[in-house]
Amino acid sequence: MNDNREHYYHADDLKKFTHIGEFGKELADKYFQYYSAVFAEGALTAREKSLIALAVAHTVQCPYCIDAYTTDAIEKGYSEKQMMEAVHVAAAIRSGSSLVHGVQMMNKTKEISM
Amino acid sequence: MRNKSLSSRHSPLASSGHQLDILEHCADIPSFRSKLEEAGMQSLRPGAIEVFQINIGKMCNQVCGHCHVDAGPDRKEIMTRETMQQCLNVLERLPVRTVDITGGAPEMNPDFRWFVEALTSLGKHVIVRCNLTVIVANKKFNDLPEFYSKHGVEIASSLPFYSAERTDRQRGEGVFQDSIRALQLLNAAGYGKTDTGLVLNLVYNPAGAFLPASQEQLERDFKTELKRHYGIEFNKLMCITNMPVSRYLEYLIASGNYEKYMARLVTAFNPSAARNVMCRNTISVGWDGYLYDCDFNQMLELKVEGYAKHISEFDDASLSSREIRVNQHCYGCTAGAGSSCAGSIA
Repeated sequence: MNDNREHYYHADDLKKFTHIGEFGKELADKYFQYYSAVFAEGALTAREKSLIALAVAHTVQCPYCIDAYTTDAIEKGYSEKQMMEAVHVAAAIRSGSSLVHGVQMMNKTKEISM
Repeated sequence: MRNKSLSSRHSPLASSGHQLDILEHCADIPSFRSKLEEAGMQSLRPGAIEVFQINIGKMCNQVCGHCHVDAGPDRKEIMTRETMQQCLNVLERLPVRTVDITGGAPEMNPDFRWFVEALTSLGKHVIVRCNLTVIVANKKFNDLPEFYSKHGVEIASSLPFYSAERTDRQRGEGVFQDSIRALQLLNAAGYGKTDTGLVLNLVYNPAGAFLPASQEQLERDFKTELKRHYGIEFNKLMCITNMPVSRYLEYLIASGNYEKYMARLVTAFNPSAARNVMCRNTISVGWDGYLYDCDFNQMLELKVEGYAKHISEFDDASLSSREIRVNQHCYGCTAGAGSSCAGSIA
């Protein structure tokens, strides 16, 4: 084990993702096969899927995914504005999912209040 | 830093030898030649010359961050009329239809118009790589659209994106607005319009350490956005990958992207693009008349193989039997959809 493991995330680890099968090849192979199929051209274009992936990457707050899909989205021709709007969509849904629970808080408050 | 060339800053990267040394010693990057061999190509050999690309000087009114020529206002190397005449002598007897004039800003060469007129009178199809802003940089260039139109010149102009932010980051502050004004002048002269026959192509190259998007997709986006916001029309968009040469190499190293970019190019190596690289049908002439396999080899001072290395000793037999010189920068032309001065190739 080397050196700089004082941080949990290392940018270089992203390229090691393809070696994840080292501790379990069968499931890794199935995963990568599934992953490729998901991102192939389909009813949605690979370009549209890239922007969805960028937004989801922010929702799950995965730094590897954010690096990978920022590059991918730029290489698929998206502008900075488009990418930021996608992130705002993710942020709006994420914050909305907190805020909508306010209804539960209001319901409970009313239930126990005179 | 952005307003001076590597050369005038006395940067070590101004030396082609230093650049080649860096390119040849990038960790974990296989040699381009070995990659070609893996793809079943022992060497790259030329076909018939279809395009004569002539770089008539390094002088330019811009200092773009990605420029592989290291061009700028401080560069004084420009082609003389004598060398131009040597090009004309060769072209007179050569069945090459297309002459692609590049720079720097080729229009800043005082013999530019004379040269274009001489080429068109030989019946050559002339493409000028116009940086757009030169048209509005000085009154003496304002009539360029009319000059181009009169001689049926095809225009190929760089515009890295349809937004000012991304364009100016690469090409300098205010370049986007000046480019828009110039494009509107070209449109007013009939360029890019249906049925005029006056071709205006735009050139996209990434403003950063990434590969170009699909040419078709970007062309659709550029056409929609430029028309919607500025009323601009153009014919085709050509996507070019940035080569790790000169100022773009400087940017890659300074931004910490060099190794990652090279690895990206290698991962994206496309054998079908390798089979169609432009050096197989193009010959590149430097401002001083020396011959190269392409404009990038020219900037790395990798002259053509064979005994005829200068336009004054141009020899078809020597050129057609030569092996094209390759090095690590060639990964730029073979990545993804491939790259050439006419856009994607695979």
